[in-house]
Amino acid sequence: MLNVEAIENGTVIDHIRAGKGKKVLEMLGINENNAGRVALVMNVPSKRLNKKDIVKIEGAFVNEEQTNLVALISPKSTINIIKNGKVIEKREVEIPNALKNVGNCPNPNCITNTEHAEKIFEKEESKFRCHYCERCFAAEELVG
Amino acid sequence: MNLISIRDLDKKEIEKILDLSEEMAAGKIKRKYDKILATLFFEPSTRTRLSFQAAALRLGMSYLDFSPETSSLKKGETFTDTIKVISGYADVLVIRHPKEGTARLAGDAIEKPVINGGDGGNQHPTQTLIDLFTIRKTKGKISNLNVSLLGDLKHARTMQSLVYALAMFGAKITLISPKGLELDPTLIKEVEEKFDAKIKTKSELSFNDADVLYVCRIQEERFADPYEAKRIKEQFMLKSEHLKNTKKDLVILSPLPKINEISHEIDANNKAKYFEQAHYGVPVRMAIIDYLLGRQTRN
Repeated sequence: MLNVEAIENGTVIDHIRAGKGKKVLEMLGINENNAGRVALVMNVPSKRLNKKDIVKIEGAFVNEEQTNLVALISPKSTINIIKNGKVIEKREVEIPNALKNVGNCPNPNCITNTEHAEKIFEKEESKFRCHYCERCFAAEELVG
Repeated sequence: MNLISIRDLDKKEIEKILDLSEEMAAGKIKRKYDKILATLFFEPSTRTRLSFQAAALRLGMSYLDFSPETSSLKKGETFTDTIKVISGYADVLVIRHPKEGTARLAGDAIEKPVINGGDGGNQHPTQTLIDLFTIRKTKGKISNLNVSLLGDLKHARTMQSLVYALAMFGAKITLISPKGLELDPTLIKEVEEKFDAKIKTKSELSFNDADVLYVCRIQEERFADPYEAKRIKEQFMLKSEHLKNTKKDLVILSPLPKINEISHEIDANNKAKYFEQAHYGVPVRMAIIDYLLGRQTRN
């Protein structure tokens, strides 16, 4: 079993769909320029998911809006906020009702792909409708 | 207020515009506006552009006609900047553009009312209001009518708006299109869920139980093989023989242009109402302008 040191202050994102941990970091804007230590553990055995990824971010407390974006690629993820080595908040991710500038519109004929415009999508049933071209897309199509 | 998509309107608002259109057609409303309409067409148009200009003139307005070929777009000016500038010259803007979402982008960028005159394959809400007006005028109602839609249902923006509105009004819809040119299944699912719409599909050109037959152009440019295009167009061409066992009061509509989707002899058939439909473009667009300018108080 691979052991990763516990963090004192920061965020742990657990139960990430196996293979999507890297994408989660990317969506949260966590990269090599991040001040604190970041751990990404992939393919960890899981009772619930069979296999999962885990991300530990030291020194960053990701907010609800940010973590809900995680639901787009891994809807069963859980968020743990750690302070002084203790879990002070635990939350499930929830698919957001609207997305702003998260991904480009996959429709090549949508004006937002040629003209400077915010990328806005509104949730409709299980899909997201582009505010401009009105086409519907699955969350994976928007965030990859 | 803008008119960008038929999704932005509810049944009550549509009925209000149709009632207003009725009064415009009857010449009952004499309101005049000291305002300017701008028509910005980035794609060819005959009916939409000219009927909007005619509607503006009939409402006592003036109009500006923007031509993209001779504008600063050629120097690289963005669409949004162009719209922001023109919004200072006119009071209402009508926009047609090949890119989907353009009218919405314009509507979000400026304070003046924006009317979508067709955006790519997405929406053509003012055509739909004309279609509904013509159906109501010729059949007395929209709900529970059997409406058959024939032709390229995939690429026609008129279909995106019309199917939604017909479903909202409770019409029973039958779709007839060549293979590969079927209506977007996402739209079918959407209207079935939202309005409990009854939608059937079939392949044969029989319209025995139809109250309204709406014919859409089959766009030759969508086919890679010209022979295939010719074959399909011939196969889906509406001919007099298709009308033999149809209802006496069947109404045939089309957003036009018709190239050879409808056989010429049908023009003389009293079931053909597409030229009448095109003429209703003026009173309906007068009503739309009047509605958006917020002066619905009856004289």
